[in-house]
Amino acid sequence: MAGPVHPPARVVSINLCTDQLAMLLSDPGQLISVTHLALDPLVSSMAAEASAYPVNRGQAEQVFLLQPDLVLAGTYTATATVDLLRSLGVDVVQVPPVTSLAEAAAQIRLIGAALGHRARGEAMARAFEGEVVALTRRGPRVTAAFHYPNGYTTGKGTLADDVLGRTGFSNLGAEAGVTGGGILPLERLVMANPAVIVSSTLYPGASRSEEVLGHPALRALKAARGVASDADWVCGTPHILRVLRRMTALRDTFAAVP
Amino acid sequence: MAGLRVSVSLPRLVPGLLGALLGGLVAALFVASLLIGPAGLGLRESLAALVTGRGEAVVLVMREIRLPRALLGLLVGAVLGLSGAAMQGYLRNPLAEPGLIGVSATAALGAVLALQTGLAALFVGALPLMALAGAGVSVLLILALAGPRGGALALILAGIAVSALAGAATSLVLNLSPNPFAAMEIVYWMMGSLADRSMAHVWLAAPLMVAGMALLLSLGQGLDALTLGEDAAQAMGVRLVRLRWTLICGTALAVGAAVAVAGAVGFVGLVVPHLMRPLVGGMPSRLLPAAALGGAAMVLGADVAVRLVAPDQDLKLGVLTALIGAPFFLHLIWQMRRVEA
Repeated sequence: MAGPVHPPARVVSINLCTDQLAMLLSDPGQLISVTHLALDPLVSSMAAEASAYPVNRGQAEQVFLLQPDLVLAGTYTATATVDLLRSLGVDVVQVPPVTSLAEAAAQIRLIGAALGHRARGEAMARAFEGEVVALTRRGPRVTAAFHYPNGYTTGKGTLADDVLGRTGFSNLGAEAGVTGGGILPLERLVMANPAVIVSSTLYPGASRSEEVLGHPALRALKAARGVASDADWVCGTPHILRVLRRMTALRDTFAAVP
Repeated sequence: MAGLRVSVSLPRLVPGLLGALLGGLVAALFVASLLIGPAGLGLRESLAALVTGRGEAVVLVMREIRLPRALLGLLVGAVLGLSGAAMQGYLRNPLAEPGLIGVSATAALGAVLALQTGLAALFVGALPLMALAGAGVSVLLILALAGPRGGALALILAGIAVSALAGAATSLVLNLSPNPFAAMEIVYWMMGSLADRSMAHVWLAAPLMVAGMALLLSLGQGLDALTLGEDAAQAMGVRLVRLRWTLICGTALAVGAAVAVAGAVGFVGLVVPHLMRPLVGGMPSRLLPAAALGGAAMVLGADVAVRLVAPDQDLKLGVLTALIGAPFFLHLIWQMRRVEA
């Protein structure tokens, strides 16, 4: 995955996170399409910037017709699509989902190299790592929990877990034994009574899945402070630093309490 | 009436005993539903918190999470068992059941429409009222297509058509929703679940469910007379038009409200009346309360089982009731085949 020697002239991204890294690291005109997801402000930190690009829906046919030199994809992007593009002779770089801030820095470097801008990627990754160190909080941990629709939570081995660890919080989901994504039953959340609950922004239209976020039992937990997770939490891009700043500031408001 | 008296003489002692047994079972399962959950609370601690309100987090778990779940299990089960028994009595058809003939599916469609159009957010009662309207429309349709003289085949065919149509429309509405979670909830609306319900849902649905059950329970005498045939029933002073409308309104109220908060839980209304019928001697007036209790026991039991089998998964209630109910349904068809042959 060393990336091409000559910078690719026509790059198409078919993954939300590579969309954003490519927008940050490419030359003007080099990136010719991003996914439609990049336009959704609920999951994309760069929805405004993305509106300047033609969007794709990640289907091989559509992507191939754009005549790309390089396609950026996730490792979980439809493998059939990636295989088909490769068999058609398109260069595809796949990146795994980022599960820590260290991996985020590595991925900035990787995408920078793939785009033919190794130095640009290196500089961005170094700045990123420096700021992560500056925002790191040590000392006693404050309990926080992720609480998403259907009682979904994120545990060990996730970027969100690493963010909590860095900013002086402990993750209730990880302590409850959840690795990756899993369910944290509402009862257990209420019993643990965390100081901070990170929850998602509601989508338009109703869903029963999201109803649990407004459950009366949660509203009655007076101590808990709510944090709305947003698009910045989704990807391991420099935008995750905004999350770190928010969480560090929040942690600093809990003086010396455990 | 002479013929009836003979058949009644045997189970005369049973109603009191049966009532006590069923009541005890329902009470035990209700308590089990309160005591079993992922938080793993102590017995004394949790009951004390429920009654006295002491112990902050435990009280929240008991009063705001487990109590509404147990109450809804009780009511939804009673509604389904009772409405199944009433419909079977009125149609004199053992296959009548809100899930099977599409009443639950159309109620779910009504509820989904209320949620997705934003109507449910406008005023509190919109959700159950729309579900109620959906249920009412399908009961009317079923009675028109396969009324008392319609026979089993007409009833089932009409039910399949109504269910399929309502299910497809529900899926379509959820797929078109701007909310990505909505499309994932097709299973919920078709299988039902009591997970993470709150007292708000209880207040929303309980009054309508209770009103509907009161209407359905009042049908007992009329349905008893109807077992002798429509002419005989009319001769005995039963007003059939009124009976029919009471059935329609009662079913729509009860099933509509139940589905609005718990989704469409299948097979309860089919299985429970059949299990209870031999115990009460086939008299609809005795079957109705027994089916209500039996339904409550079945749903409470299934909901406890769901939590024991897969505590962290939100296994759908309808999965369990269908696993019990579908083989029973096949058995029923097998028996009917032999009778018809």
